[in-house]
Amino acid sequence: MSLGKTEVEYISRLTQIEVQEDAVEGVAQKLSNILELFAQMEAADTQDILPMAHPLDAVQRLRADVVTEIDQHEKLQAIAPAAAEAHYLVPQVIE
Amino acid sequence: MMHNLTIKQMSEKLRAGEFTSVQLTQHYLDRIDKFDAELNAYITVTPELAISMAEEADKRIAAGDAELLTGIPVAHKDIFCTDGVKTSCASKMLDNFIAPYDANVVTLLKKMGMPILGKTNMDEFAMGSSSESSYYGATKNPWDHKAVPGGSSGGAAAVIAAGLAPMATGTDTGGSIRQPASFCGITGIKPTYGAVSRFGIIAYASSFDQAGPMTRSAEDSAWMLNAMAGFDERDSTSLERETPDYTIELERSLKGLKIGVPAEYFGEGLDSEVSDVVKAAIAEIEALGAEVVEVHLPNKDLAVPSYYVLAPAEASANLSRFDGMRFGYRCEKPNDLEDLYKRSRSEGFGEEVKRRIMVGAYALSAGYYDAYYLKAQKLRRMVRDDFIKAFNECDVIMGPVAPTPAFNIGEKSDDQVSMYLSDLYTIPVNLAGLPALSVPAGFAQDRPVGLHIVGPYFSEAKLLNIGHQFQQVTDWHTKMPAQYQ
Amino acid sequence: MSWEVVIGLEIHAQLTTKSKIFSGASTAYGAAPNSQACPIDIGMPGMLPVLNQAVIGKSILLGLALDAEIGKRSVFDRKNYFYPDLPKGYQTTQFEFPIVGQGKMEIELEDGTKKIIGVTRAHLEEDAGKSVHGLVPGQTGVDLNRAGTPLLEIVSDPDMSSAKEAVAYAKKMHELVQYLGICDGNMQEGSFRVDSNVSVRRPGEPLGTRAELKNINSFRFIEKAIEIEIERQIELIESGGTVVQETRLYDADNDTTRSMRTKEDANDYRYFPCPDLLPVIITDEDIEAVRATMPELPDAKRARFVSEFGLSDYDAAVLTSSRAMAEFFEQLVTLTDAKDIKLCANWMTSGFSAALNRDGLSVEKSPVSAKGLAGMIVRILDNSISGKIAKQVFDAMWKGEGTADEIIEAKGLKQITDTGAIEALVDEVLANNPSQVEAYKAGQTKMLGYFVGQIMKASGGQANPGQVNQMLVAKLK
Repeated sequence: MSLGKTEVEYISRLTQIEVQEDAVEGVAQKLSNILELFAQMEAADTQDILPMAHPLDAVQRLRADVVTEIDQHEKLQAIAPAAAEAHYLVPQVIE
Repeated sequence: MMHNLTIKQMSEKLRAGEFTSVQLTQHYLDRIDKFDAELNAYITVTPELAISMAEEADKRIAAGDAELLTGIPVAHKDIFCTDGVKTSCASKMLDNFIAPYDANVVTLLKKMGMPILGKTNMDEFAMGSSSESSYYGATKNPWDHKAVPGGSSGGAAAVIAAGLAPMATGTDTGGSIRQPASFCGITGIKPTYGAVSRFGIIAYASSFDQAGPMTRSAEDSAWMLNAMAGFDERDSTSLERETPDYTIELERSLKGLKIGVPAEYFGEGLDSEVSDVVKAAIAEIEALGAEVVEVHLPNKDLAVPSYYVLAPAEASANLSRFDGMRFGYRCEKPNDLEDLYKRSRSEGFGEEVKRRIMVGAYALSAGYYDAYYLKAQKLRRMVRDDFIKAFNECDVIMGPVAPTPAFNIGEKSDDQVSMYLSDLYTIPVNLAGLPALSVPAGFAQDRPVGLHIVGPYFSEAKLLNIGHQFQQVTDWHTKMPAQYQ
Repeated sequence: MSWEVVIGLEIHAQLTTKSKIFSGASTAYGAAPNSQACPIDIGMPGMLPVLNQAVIGKSILLGLALDAEIGKRSVFDRKNYFYPDLPKGYQTTQFEFPIVGQGKMEIELEDGTKKIIGVTRAHLEEDAGKSVHGLVPGQTGVDLNRAGTPLLEIVSDPDMSSAKEAVAYAKKMHELVQYLGICDGNMQEGSFRVDSNVSVRRPGEPLGTRAELKNINSFRFIEKAIEIEIERQIELIESGGTVVQETRLYDADNDTTRSMRTKEDANDYRYFPCPDLLPVIITDEDIEAVRATMPELPDAKRARFVSEFGLSDYDAAVLTSSRAMAEFFEQLVTLTDAKDIKLCANWMTSGFSAALNRDGLSVEKSPVSAKGLAGMIVRILDNSISGKIAKQVFDAMWKGEGTADEIIEAKGLKQITDTGAIEALVDEVLANNPSQVEAYKAGQTKMLGYFVGQIMKASGGQANPGQVNQMLVAKLK
């Protein structure tokens, strides 16, 4: 299956990855090539096969409900692109 | 020369006082200085950190408080978070990221007293098989500077091959330890999924990612895996079982070993010289008393598409945290929130990373989930079941690591699908979560070729035993490119 | 033509844990910004989640209380979308396999009618952070302290057909989660958040398009918002318009709902199993272990208070309005040897509740403990103080002036029970009121109350009214 402009724009919105107008065609082509590879899966008979999310049949281990973390916001925000008064900053969000 | 020694020999000499850890570390730093400008295998070199850690190690050795690996330097793939050191994942996105914590593997090796030489180059976010997608430029293959070192742990493989570190950490999501090991003529093992903690390793595809050692020999890998593996309560997928001594089986005889060789592995697409090298290596092991049986992995061709749905799907979510807000790259003067997200991500990520995020998101999107994601998960089970069935007939499976020796830089960088397809031997192992080893087995077109040995879950000690026994009767693993000797 | 209203609620109950659902950071409310956001909560590279044990038992408890199926194998999924308060770019939640399956709850309306409301499911998820405006002009500040706080999202069936039913359900759920001790129920702090899905349709027609009313922090406003939204939808349809699926905010100042900016493609969340977490397995033994800790639930407790203590329905309802209240009451009854349960109930429903309300305190924060109040009631029962004096004693206890006995002693409030002293007071009052004595003797027996009042006044309230009464009757014969 091959992707068109609409699909590329849709994926671009979902992933918040910008695709410039003049690059849309190229991106669509490359993604379509990959989808062709995916199409090889169609032929396989997967009836009665359970999906496998993890390589091992392990179950979730649980953590005791104790506070183990300390306040490190200064250290962590030292590498933030923009922070003020202990808050991370982004351009104004209108709600 | 110090860089020709095995880890065990280095350790003995350190204890005997023949040289100090500072001298050993400086030796490698000097070699990095001399060779790496051309090779581009390191993203970051940390000489001050290395020397100060070496001084500490020397104190421990002098105090008789040393472990086998104390004082032996290591290079970390730049995917392992290292406290206070730039951890870029070879991406512009993290070019300014000084990690505020250590990955569990880094913590463990620090505790061993292993000086950190630096951070090695790789494919951006580990997405690639050639290390060409690095923001810092491609790493060269020490055997032939026109060739790629493989990927994604190409920098790690290159530093071992060139003698710019005695040991290196790598990660393997779809072959990223084994394929560069094969391309660079070194030894690398991908352990059973869950054997090594993923805590602090920047995630590519969480249900596949697994860290492992990259060294010159199987014996060295066994020692290093002893230090890296173990249960970590901070990783929900860490195996909660006692960590075995991976060196314990090294000296065992291979008499009676049943080697499964899948006929499917030697079909169309496999380079004939590679095929000959692999067959010769298997014959060598047979000569040590092993027996070859034919096994079948009928769904092997489904592994590549399945992987390239599942790994990008996981990656599409794993990489959403790179949004220009709390760490990493932020675009200049964003107009609004949407602009901040879109430009930070578009400018911060490279082309292949963006492609995988987009294809992964698409595979999960409304209307395609069943046809792509769910179908791929079912194929994943079929691929795993093939292995389980095969291991009823044999102890290990042997075959090629990659269909060709190292290809040239630029040769495949514009043809993703053909690059993806070249992972056909390594990917099934990651789908199943099995351990697998690559050991140097010869040359094709004057470039190294590895032998791929895949075992059942938790069979690392057995794989290393086979690798070690093979390395007792061959010397491929001791060979170094002339200019680096 | 009539309209049918269809309402379903999604309630987010913050679970009372010390640490977050996937990290060891504290969940305490009101901390300095980002001081409780650890690298895992912030979604830093390489960080991994590990599930908090405490959320499992709390979820099972709710499931059992709702008579629901417990998800023996529940799975965490990633819900993908970008927003500044969502650090990882996905929310870890449960989509296909929730920890609590179909259950139900009975509600009672003001007129006494009862109705069963289905509970579709309850699933575990992590909370997001908070956006703060106005710190820096043109910028939004983000505080991630709340990110990763454990939530149980309780989703009802669309079984409610009026705002009143919806509120009755929400209140009942609010009471239940507090009784179970799994949520503190504090709506102001956002520990209990109600989202209402409202639609209207003509009888017999398929479900109409719904609008979602989000994050309204009082029951009164929930009721008003739903009513206004129902009106809006009916008017809209009747005037030829169509309802669009959207999130609407309630504006309490103008008593209207308004549309929130809709996010493009916001509904393609691309859920898939979180590869960093494994399936959560709950065994029958786990369920039985939780069942053994199940507290008595409000309905059962109310019924028992009526049957065992002989309380009125009203008193029983007030005394079981919270688990803390009921426990306080039962302690009080025990500490006073159940000698006068009605007296205990009266004190709780009047003086004690009034004082709590006046000072805006919860039972847990009361300055007078059950033991303290019992100490006072015992003194009423042994005639040391009268009910009237008791009010004085209670006020002093509330102010922290000491135990009942200490206050009675310090203020000299002990009742006069000495016969001689009372007799002197009786004689004095009778002597001072000859005409009233005449009237009494002429048959106006209600004058007795007047004499008692005068005597009590003369004694400063400390004479034992029973004794006074007895003596008066004897003397006036």
